[in-house]
Amino acid sequence: MFVRGLKRKCFDGEEDIEGTLAGIKAIPSYNLQRQSLLDMSLVKLQLCHMLVEPNLCRSVLIANTVRQIQEEMTQDGTWQMINTQSTGQASLDRLVSTDILCRSSRDQAEGKHVPAYGTFNKDFESDQAQDSSETMSAASSVQAPRNLQSSVWEMENPQENKGNFQKSLDQIFETLENKSPNAVEDLFSEVDNSYYDLDTMLTGMMSSTKMGHCDSLESFSSPTNTASNSNCKSDLNDLDHIVEILVES
Amino acid sequence: FLGAGGGNDIQWCFSQVKGAVDDDVAEADIISTVEFNHSGELLATGDKGGRVVIFQQEQENKTQSHSRGEYNVYSTFQSHEPEFDYLKSLEIEEKINKIRWLPQKNAAQFLLSTNDKTIKLWKISERDKRPEGYNLKEEDGRYRDPTTVTTLRVPVFRPMDLMVEASPRRIFANAHTYHINSISINSDYETYLSADDLRINLWHLEITDRSFNIVDIKPANMEELTEVITAAEFHPNSCSTFVYSSSKGTIRLCDMRASALCDRHSKLFEEPEDPSNRSFFSEIISSISDVKFSHSGRYMMTRDYLSVKIWDLNMENRPVETYQVHEYLRSKLCSLYENDCIFDKFECCWNGSDRQVEFLSLFASALSNIVMTGSYNNFFRMFDRNTKRDITLEASRENNKPRTVLKPRKVCASGKRKKDEISVDSLDFNKKILHTAWHPKENIIAVATTNNLYIFQDKMN
Repeated sequence: MFVRGLKRKCFDGEEDIEGTLAGIKAIPSYNLQRQSLLDMSLVKLQLCHMLVEPNLCRSVLIANTVRQIQEEMTQDGTWQMINTQSTGQASLDRLVSTDILCRSSRDQAEGKHVPAYGTFNKDFESDQAQDSSETMSAASSVQAPRNLQSSVWEMENPQENKGNFQKSLDQIFETLENKSPNAVEDLFSEVDNSYYDLDTMLTGMMSSTKMGHCDSLESFSSPTNTASNSNCKSDLNDLDHIVEILVES
Repeated sequence: FLGAGGGNDIQWCFSQVKGAVDDDVAEADIISTVEFNHSGELLATGDKGGRVVIFQQEQENKTQSHSRGEYNVYSTFQSHEPEFDYLKSLEIEEKINKIRWLPQKNAAQFLLSTNDKTIKLWKISERDKRPEGYNLKEEDGRYRDPTTVTTLRVPVFRPMDLMVEASPRRIFANAHTYHINSISINSDYETYLSADDLRINLWHLEITDRSFNIVDIKPANMEELTEVITAAEFHPNSCSTFVYSSSKGTIRLCDMRASALCDRHSKLFEEPEDPSNRSFFSEIISSISDVKFSHSGRYMMTRDYLSVKIWDLNMENRPVETYQVHEYLRSKLCSLYENDCIFDKFECCWNGSDRQVEFLSLFASALSNIVMTGSYNNFFRMFDRNTKRDITLEASRENNKPRTVLKPRKVCASGKRKKDEISVDSLDFNKKILHTAWHPKENIIAVATTNNLYIFQDKMN
């Protein structure tokens, strides 16, 4: 299902919803791979955060990778395609369930000999309908590293740490040099809480509510808007509990 | 290949292997650093359990002129213990990150060993005589009743079994908020630097309660942090010059005479990125894991994930030579990112030098002519800068016979695998050689696998 030797079409800056057939086949593959990498990176950052003494070099490199992906997604317009409803600030300490993604990207990388991230260039055509679900997860998952960055790197200064934990989203987002500041609010709409179930992440089980990217891969021949996650919210009390654990560590 | 015979190529033979045989590796036995002393007579290893083991080379046996002396255990001591930082509720690992020897000034040997937070100066001294014939003490140490002493004698030294004692002479603590990755002794032999992820401190070997901060790259707002220090080293001849490398693949050369805080580098070494190889992993694989000056100080070598680069200190915009260690991994970067291997920090080293010849600066550039570094599957690589030939060897107990020349290995990147080649997918990424060392004067190398230390020598005729 992952096509080797993809040629990506030039992105002309317009939101071309239709795209060509070849475009539709090629793009989700790249987008999904990139999304997988983003999610994998976020998991790594979170695991860093949970370790006793995170390796600062590793954390910085992973965070930079996340930032690169986000910058590219911003340039491609993927980032800005999230709808503009603002449902208020989301909790700053989300955990992202992505073990399934790691598995699938590993299978993909090892089984298919596809140099997944080796040769892409920055131009590609995007399919709004296809991407909206992915970008939502990207959007909702990206807020995690902002705070994780501050918390991971501030672990040496617990006093500062506690203060920074509740940083405003705008402050955090300045570091991304986001080209459209309004996207900050945009990003936290339509957040899918099922991603942030601690149990799901730790046990790696795909919850029924989670729209794994495996699903989208299998169904990409019939691109449907799989953004139906909002139906399934996890218990917010669980999230509070998770926040407490993170703060204490 | 090197070792394929002919000319001055070195043929490497297995000499010894130290460490446990079984495959079940105890975490504490994982070797974390390897270093010869200045004469090469002593070889020190540090491990994850905080221990230092020093091997000593036997004096050459005249009857066995075909091989150099073997290395046997000389001293073992616990350098660092695990600690707990109560303020941050964090454990401080006892793992020895680096060992650096001081040049020998008297009968004793001195080395610096460091974990993440604390550097210690250890004195290793021999005792092979002890005084006997005290007037007031019996031989077993009990005190005599003075009234029973009727004659006096002068105690004399009698030989005893050699005892090697290690004692901590200085403890340099509380100067690093972040994890120490490097220590480097200055050519003045009085000062040394210690580098952590964000800062470099200058110490005097005699003074433990004070150190000077000479580099600080910590941003005011930690969220703006995008680059860390990965390694640092003093120039071998110029006591005011040092370099430090970063996670973005840059090396900065600083002169301490310019200012107290070396915030502004004197030189910045950076190779422009190759756009055709650009990927999300470009920055990670450009992160420099080790930097080593050549013996003359004219060149320095850096190791990043896939390559070794030689830089001329007079040219900042690109390295003069680049050697690919395991280019076949470039297409596997995603998997290596996932299993964290992409963050492995490989070290590199130069071949030894003949110090007498070094004074003839004509030949200085020819002396540091072979570089060595490790890879996966217990492979290690050597590159000859003069002949441009390279070789891949394996540290394995299967090549156990002394004086058997090691067979060169080859990894098959793609396509049809020839006999004796190993395919990339069969490589064992848990068997990594991160630490290697080259005897300062002879062609003897120490190669550390996860928990074993291999010693190879060149085949003497």
